[in-house]
Amino acid sequence: MTDTTVDYHDMWRELGLDLPAHDMLLTAIPQLYQAAYLTQEGRPEGMAYFDFVMSEIHGLRIKELVDHKAAGGTVIGTFCLYVPEEIIRALGGQCVGLCAGAEWAYDEAERLLPRNTCALIKSATGFKLGKVCPYAESADLVVGETTCDGKKKAYELLGELAPVYVMELPQMKRPDDKALWRAEIDRLVAKLEEVSGRTLDADALKTATREVNDKRRALQRLNATRAARPAPISGKDALLAVQVAFYDDVPRFTGMVNRIADELEQRVSGGAGVAPADAPRVLVTGTPMAIPYWKTHDIIEKAGAVVVGEELCTGSRYYEKLVDESPDTVDGMLDAIAEKYLDINCACFTPNAGRVDDVLRLARDLDVDGIVHASLQFCGPYQIEATLVERAAKEAGYPVLRIDTDYSAEDVAQLGTRVEAFLEMLQ
Amino acid sequence: MANDVLTVLGLDIGSRTVDAVWLRSGAGSGETADGRPLLKGSPAGAVDGGAVIDSAVLDSGFDPQEAAARLVARGAQDIVVATGYGRRAAAERFGAAVITEIKAYALGAGQLCPEARAVLDMGGQDTKAIALASDGGVDDFEMNDRCAAGTGRFLEVMAAALGLDIDTLGRAALRADGAAQVSSMCTVFAESEVVGLLHRGESRERVALGLHEAIARRTVAMLKRVGARGPLLFAGGVARNPAMRRLVEEGYDGSVLVVAEPQLVGAHGAALHGLTGGRGRARGGRA
Repeated sequence: MTDTTVDYHDMWRELGLDLPAHDMLLTAIPQLYQAAYLTQEGRPEGMAYFDFVMSEIHGLRIKELVDHKAAGGTVIGTFCLYVPEEIIRALGGQCVGLCAGAEWAYDEAERLLPRNTCALIKSATGFKLGKVCPYAESADLVVGETTCDGKKKAYELLGELAPVYVMELPQMKRPDDKALWRAEIDRLVAKLEEVSGRTLDADALKTATREVNDKRRALQRLNATRAARPAPISGKDALLAVQVAFYDDVPRFTGMVNRIADELEQRVSGGAGVAPADAPRVLVTGTPMAIPYWKTHDIIEKAGAVVVGEELCTGSRYYEKLVDESPDTVDGMLDAIAEKYLDINCACFTPNAGRVDDVLRLARDLDVDGIVHASLQFCGPYQIEATLVERAAKEAGYPVLRIDTDYSAEDVAQLGTRVEAFLEMLQ
Repeated sequence: MANDVLTVLGLDIGSRTVDAVWLRSGAGSGETADGRPLLKGSPAGAVDGGAVIDSAVLDSGFDPQEAAARLVARGAQDIVVATGYGRRAAAERFGAAVITEIKAYALGAGQLCPEARAVLDMGGQDTKAIALASDGGVDDFEMNDRCAAGTGRFLEVMAAALGLDIDTLGRAALRADGAAQVSSMCTVFAESEVVGLLHRGESRERVALGLHEAIARRTVAMLKRVGARGPLLFAGGVARNPAMRRLVEEGYDGSVLVVAEPQLVGAHGAALHGLTGGRGRARGGRA
């Protein structure tokens, strides 16, 4: 499928990466991937595409972005679901999630950030300071958002290292908040028009909206198959699909995910699965899981359960809701975009009863035996909201295991024991 | 197998000790090998589900699997069921079935102390609070995640800082006329704090009591978080510490029960799992 002898070092040097450190990173990630992914049995054949993407995540994909820029396009980095990809694409941009998910250059990051900063923020800062994220180094602009205090303040520091633009995300969903958010969408358009040198037009926005919706629809199809017993795909593989959605070329990704969905639908109709039909079924909810963070799923699935759903930013929050495609004017389309994005249920909102409803609905639709609430340590919003999620889930009859963790491996044995004991409870 | 006599070795492979209980199917005796009842005050013969034919406690040393191997070599068991940190390695090495410590303690409690509705296990490197469902299964549990604060190992380090033996630490605390305030629960910081308190003239007894009180507060809070109610079985090696027993009794809203050999409850539960049809069932394990 690929010429693995391609050497990208010249490209990485031109992007300004720290080559020796980056080489170390590129040694570490395949080892993690091997241990978590390639040891699985009965994977869908279509996952070969994701194996390929992972092998080229800092290579071919970056080459595509560099070529895209050379052809006059932009690359816009984001950290969060609330930044509308439709607008970025309509203005000739490629939207990429920036690197996090591993403890990298924490020594550098902790010169700027307190030790008790959540792993996502510390990791993203470490990747930037350590100059090992080619996505961050290719980005013409990083678009941040005010989802939490940690990110808000970290963007001020990140702004010293890269061009950063921050959207104000309200934290309630009243009419005034919606008006504020709609105005923020207009301000983002203006900023991206300035960076790209283009003007937003209706045709491009219409196309972009359809393409991004198609991506979400493909992920919806893939994830719908997981309601079957036995589950036709592991939770780890399904998680990876959403993680890669943040980086990959949109139409190509959509095509590949639809192909996997075809395969999974066939598996379901033939009664084939990746786990025994009586394996405990688990829904994971909580904070986002960026590549290469697979620890929670890996522990759960190696203990004998199968993860059948993720109520995560790298899960249902990413693909469940679509933008209304019916408006034809730019303003109408932006209204629809504003409405869809503000409808995502992140713990940064108060109140956030919609998330509890989402968890219970997924638990019911996916026929789960238990729920694992996994938060990053020091993420106040999710760690505190866990109490409400746990209470509602238990009232609805679902056992809940709460995990507070980070990107390190130091708690793997302890978490393994807790997860195994939780699965024993479900029997 | 239903009518055959089955002998099961339950192994609890922990960070500080490897504990073994051999159970044989048939009428239960509820006694230890030398004839003492496992549960204080319970008459011999009160316990169903297998007779204890032997038990042992070995130091884990630097190679717990080697200690486990010595125990496996010693008995004439038909099957081995392992729990504790070394359970997965034991599954590979001895073909053992595996269950978690949480389940093992719940099973052990169900037999050794049927009236228990909750279990507190304070072992070498972790503490577990388990609320039991009415059928004896696990209703909810909590364990310390990543640090040894408030565990047996913590007490060992503090005993050393006080120049005391781990077996005399609890008695020293009970002799104190009051407690010195110990605020740190990190093993490393608490050790420095203990040394500082001694330098300021606090007695070893008062410091020892302060340490026990601090741990007991955390432990009772953990029991509350899992919703523990009703009689509590206090198990694990730390249950042998008289000061910790008294403080848990004072803090817990319910009776606190301790069996004669509290560190064997997990191994007993593992063996029971084997007797009651756990053979070859290692779901939940990586074996």
